[in-house]
Amino acid sequence: MMSESRTTVALFATCINDVMFPDTPKATVLLLERLGCRVEFPEAQSCCGQMFTNTGYYKEALGSVRSFVTAFAGYDYIVSPSPSCLGSVREQHPMLAEWAGDKGLWREVEAVVARSYELTEFLVDVLGLTDVGAYFPHKVTYHPTCHSLRVAKIGDRPQRLLRQVKGLTLVPLPDAEQCCGFGGTFSLKNPDVSTSMAAEKARNVTSTGAEYLVTDNPCRLNIGGVLARSKSGIKTIHLAEVLAETEGGAR
Amino acid sequence: MTATDLGMPGSSRRTPAPPAGRLIDSPPFPVAAKQYLADSQLRANLHHATSTIRAKRARVTAELPNWEQLRLAGEAVKDRVARHLDYYLEELEQNLTANGAHVHWAADAAEANQIVVDLVRAKGVDEVVKVKSMVTQEIELNEALEAAGIAAWETDLAELIVQLGHDRPSHILVPAIHRNRAEVREIFLREMKLYGRAAPDSLDDEPRHLAAAARQHLRDKFLRAKVGISGANFMVAETGTLVVVESEGNGRMCLTLPETLISVTGIEKVIPTAADLEVFLQLLPRSSTGERMNPYTSMWSGVRPGDGPQEVHVVLVDNGRSRVLADPIGRKALRCIRCSACMNICPVYERVGGHAYGSVYPGPIGAILTPQLRGTAAAIDRSLPFASTLCGACAEVCPVRIPIPDLLVHLRHRVVDERKRSHLGLEQALMKGGGWVMASGPRFGLLERAGGLVQRVTGREAVGPLPWPASLWTRARDLPLPPEQTFRQWWRANRDPLCHPERSEGSLRDDEATTVTSVTSASAEAAAE
Repeated sequence: MMSESRTTVALFATCINDVMFPDTPKATVLLLERLGCRVEFPEAQSCCGQMFTNTGYYKEALGSVRSFVTAFAGYDYIVSPSPSCLGSVREQHPMLAEWAGDKGLWREVEAVVARSYELTEFLVDVLGLTDVGAYFPHKVTYHPTCHSLRVAKIGDRPQRLLRQVKGLTLVPLPDAEQCCGFGGTFSLKNPDVSTSMAAEKARNVTSTGAEYLVTDNPCRLNIGGVLARSKSGIKTIHLAEVLAETEGGAR
Repeated sequence: MTATDLGMPGSSRRTPAPPAGRLIDSPPFPVAAKQYLADSQLRANLHHATSTIRAKRARVTAELPNWEQLRLAGEAVKDRVARHLDYYLEELEQNLTANGAHVHWAADAAEANQIVVDLVRAKGVDEVVKVKSMVTQEIELNEALEAAGIAAWETDLAELIVQLGHDRPSHILVPAIHRNRAEVREIFLREMKLYGRAAPDSLDDEPRHLAAAARQHLRDKFLRAKVGISGANFMVAETGTLVVVESEGNGRMCLTLPETLISVTGIEKVIPTAADLEVFLQLLPRSSTGERMNPYTSMWSGVRPGDGPQEVHVVLVDNGRSRVLADPIGRKALRCIRCSACMNICPVYERVGGHAYGSVYPGPIGAILTPQLRGTAAAIDRSLPFASTLCGACAEVCPVRIPIPDLLVHLRHRVVDERKRSHLGLEQALMKGGGWVMASGPRFGLLERAGGLVQRVTGREAVGPLPWPASLWTRARDLPLPPEQTFRQWWRANRDPLCHPERSEGSLRDDEATTVTSVTSASAEAAAE
């Protein structure tokens, strides 16, 4: 593939991935490069601000909205492996700019949002791929996060990509579309309800007999925390990390 | 509290006493939720009931090819009503009056209750029969009537179970959802004899036997009643018509047998035309009971000589609704047609039930409606907007497309803003600091280097139980520690064109990339300098 014709992608890594799950943005970089893209990481980026917004702190979230437009203004393709954070950018950044009464910011936000893609949207819709040449010889189950389904609305793209992974067996997760109980600060403000929901999700995951649970990282922190505490032996992994695996480099 | 000290004939009360205390004084949601989570019987009842009704709703909404168009139409009609509420209410009043009904306006619960008490007293009776109605629960009409020496009998089966059980409803459609049939049998055997016809001694917990006992118990009351009290699901402005949809036929009895009918309704229930019912009579039953059509739809337009009630009153209740209407975002909650699909799908509601919400309106709709109707002065009302994971399942099933998660966030912001004005707490300080850090990528990059230190110092990848406040998370889940190298550091060490100009063009081989995880953060930082 010729470097001149390569698509340049700006990676929105997200703060939680940057610090807690760096393997996910790394895998995203490797995957996109393998598929012929040139990846850039604008260092002005920080966070989607969702934790502030969803806890009711609009003013505190505005800095994140501004840093996002600053970081990504010049790019045609902004791609994030996190449907939750990307969903927040899409749905909440325009609302916050409107709330702040900042028309200029609102216009910038709208322009950037229109060029923002969740990773599976970029792979399936822009690159036109469901087979990305991945190899992952394991039995996995997939938890579609609430924000991937109902905010970012990425549909069944993750499952379509997973089904094309060589060696991978995808087993259905009972009550897959029910929330895992994370909910950001909900897990701290309503710890008992959150724990009860996480426990049920973990029970359902365990019932599948899968080796790996594939899900987005905020929920992975929650469900994975329960699975680890109960010594279930089930590992958790982000979809990008599965798709980045190739024959020869298998786990 | 027992039945004997509160409900016996001869005591000053006419009807079974509800639990002591006011709903608005309920403990904050997380405290109440913890208590109800521990009730395994409640959990089992709720899980069974909500999962059954969820499945039914999903089936009957999926079979309509124009379901989304119906939802859009419902949303549009309700939004139009909100924009022109004054106009439609006056049109309604005019047409109701022309039809021979008397229209009364009540600014709040106290006014509404007084109007009803005065109307019942004027008829010289000391008991009324009631059709299931949310707004009369909201204004606590039964207790206002009781205080005036008037017995109000609930005639909906589940409302009867709740009333006889000295209890409060925990769901807007199935108020006794928290009870199983064994509990219902015990309530009937213990209480019915105190307030009218006793349940047969041989009563078992077969649902049809329980229903038969209720039917017998209520029959005397229906035939005796001179005054019926109802709410309304819809009020048609164009024709001056009130509409009640129900499943049991008890509503039809209350609406047709007594000489006087008093209908108490929230002002947001008005719809412009009879043709709009085409939309709502499809949306409501499919969303609420999961039926294609509800068994009974009653419509009445004032008084018709020789047919049905000869005196009809309509009490239009504001009770906070105008205040909700004043907020263009918050007013979307007024679209609600009380179907209960949101609570049936809510994983939080399913675990704790309706009583944890300290509100007549529980579940997701209650969490956005109650703090708007009652305000946010009480601890329970400040906690309600946070009683959700924002999973969005509620908005997906709402027949009038109320964006419930957006409204929850909107009300969280309101609560936080009000708190900010009064004091600066730890949460505010953390959020303020966090907001400052996240406003700048480089600032965040500096801070996150500290994160990797934890693992380097402790030598562990995850931690188990920790003391408070970390215990909120770690008592049930392990917490992974941040890896030594952040992504930002990895990027600088391996991809940054300023540090690696040779890599800015041309692709990396995969095996080359896998080696980067072994780069220590010390050297990564050195590379970044």
